[in-house]
Amino acid sequence: MIQMRAERVDLNALFICSAGMPPGPEPFAARATVWSEGDTLELTLGGSWRMTEARPAWKDLAPAGKPGQVRLKADQLGRWDTSLLLFLFDVREWCRRTGTPCDPSALPDKVKLQLGQLEAANPTVAPRERADNFLTAVGMATRHAWSNLRDIFNFVGECVIGAIRMPRHAGKFRWRDCLDQMQACGAMALPIVSLISFLVGLTVAYQAAVELRQFGADVFVADIVGLSTVREMGPLMTAVILAGRTGAAFAATLGNMKADEEIDALEVLGISSVEFLVLPRLLALAVMMPLLTLYANCVGILGGMVVAGGILQIPPSAYWIEAQGAIDMTDINTGLVKATTFGLLIGLAGCLRGLQANRSAEGVGRAATSAVVTAILLIIVADSIYAVVFHILGV
Amino acid sequence: MSEPENANAVDVLGLECAYEDKVILKDVTFSVRQGEAFFIIGGSGCGKSTLLRNLVGLNQPVAGSVEFFGRPFSAAGLQERREQLKTFGMLFQSGALWSSLTLRQNVALPLEEHTGLSRREIDEIAVLKLAQVGLNGFEDYYPSEISGGMKKRAGLARALALDPAIVFFDEPWAGLDPVTSRRLDDLIRQIRTTLGTTVVIVSHELASIFGLADRLIMLDAGAHGIIAEGKPLELADSSSDERVREFLHRGKIPV
Repeated sequence: MIQMRAERVDLNALFICSAGMPPGPEPFAARATVWSEGDTLELTLGGSWRMTEARPAWKDLAPAGKPGQVRLKADQLGRWDTSLLLFLFDVREWCRRTGTPCDPSALPDKVKLQLGQLEAANPTVAPRERADNFLTAVGMATRHAWSNLRDIFNFVGECVIGAIRMPRHAGKFRWRDCLDQMQACGAMALPIVSLISFLVGLTVAYQAAVELRQFGADVFVADIVGLSTVREMGPLMTAVILAGRTGAAFAATLGNMKADEEIDALEVLGISSVEFLVLPRLLALAVMMPLLTLYANCVGILGGMVVAGGILQIPPSAYWIEAQGAIDMTDINTGLVKATTFGLLIGLAGCLRGLQANRSAEGVGRAATSAVVTAILLIIVADSIYAVVFHILGV
Repeated sequence: MSEPENANAVDVLGLECAYEDKVILKDVTFSVRQGEAFFIIGGSGCGKSTLLRNLVGLNQPVAGSVEFFGRPFSAAGLQERREQLKTFGMLFQSGALWSSLTLRQNVALPLEEHTGLSRREIDEIAVLKLAQVGLNGFEDYYPSEISGGMKKRAGLARALALDPAIVFFDEPWAGLDPVTSRRLDDLIRQIRTTLGTTVVIVSHELASIFGLADRLIMLDAGAHGIIAEGKPLELADSSSDERVREFLHRGKIPV
């Protein structure tokens, strides 16, 4: 009976080989035959054993009963690879489990050597348990949050100290880097800021126009677009664009510098990475954000003007006079104050995440993502705080 | 340099280094004499680079102290540390050049930060230092435009910019071809003989260890500390510790 099962496997393997593979330099498919002789089970291996091709499985060959011993031997064994070792490993495991003596002495020496290595490599200790229980997870998360918070305070503190020292060391300030950054985060951002601001102004005007038309209060679309753009949408949309554009770039640059030991090289020379890398970037953003916001305000109002002219037939001059009447300097200033704050927050988030990045390609990617998320979160929180404060102050 | 003549260049006493809760090294004590070429050797993952980072202040040791020329460093305040940082240079494994600056600007930056020299003088020194490491003509190249070996040499020029009393090297021969390695050996020899610089080198490059080292310490991951200290040839021939002889004979202990 054992022989019958062996024959079946043999044929299967041959069939697959001849059907699926063109006749090549290795004409023999993997072959395993068992032969019972007294209480000894003789397992003969032959043919070519490749991982990528069909091969017999021990579970189809294993006898139902327990033989006295299993003797392994090779007959016309062609090229072989790890698939043969895995098969033999299964046989050895089965023998160990059933308490059957296994005699591999008739196998070629190379096979025996490799099999020995495979058995040695087979893990005997339980893999390291990385999962934590609930309490450990909470504890770790708390510790992580605490150290994160401490890092933020340290970083902000260093930035403040650096900023205070800056006027005294103005000669050593990296003005050149600062100007480069201003160009990168300011001038280069103009096209995208224009597009987004124009579309946001347009959208707000559309929404307002539909409602206002019902009351015949068409011309007030200029008030709505003007005020919402100058006080809210201008600074907010510019900040969101810069968080994605500049905050991520800061984090990626600084993260990469950290991975390349460039930050360490600064520290070893006694040069503060905050003064060298962070302050020029913060200053660039703090200066460019209000300027970009002013520009975004103008483009946003222009977007509203297009809708007012096209849908509500309000002439641009009337729209302009109405908008001028609605917006005063206080509105513009509140927007600019917010914009400066947002700029600082984007810079802080980007630089902090960059400096905290792991020293790897993945760490840099995560730092960039985290910088954008942190910056947008901080922007929205700051915006809400400003809304309350401005309401209380009546501005 | 105003270093006292009889003091050791580096004194490390009972140093314990750890990453978060994981102790890497404990009770590490050794001294480096002035003008010496001192190697820190050991297998991968034994804490060589960690020790170096703790020495130069990139990581804060958990316990123990580091002194340079008899002045406490690891326990010193920020101002004092900043002052002492001027007395040593470091060559990082990758060179760690600032990618946004040209080679000339890379070498000039430490001078701009720590000296009151004029722009012209700084420029001259930068060009000279680059010429010393064989990089004349490459002053205005950016790090991304030069090869790995050149980056290392430029890194060395930067480390030497302030004529430091001690230069630390982190695996300086890693990834270099044999000819460039030999040139680096010669450069290190040259700065020692001409400037009397003390060099502390983390490496496992056997040829350079035997060619350059006056003394060495060997660290071991299992022991979490120093397992041997001495001259390379003596340790290779007659260390009582089999691990040391095996390491210095490239894994094959002579019969």
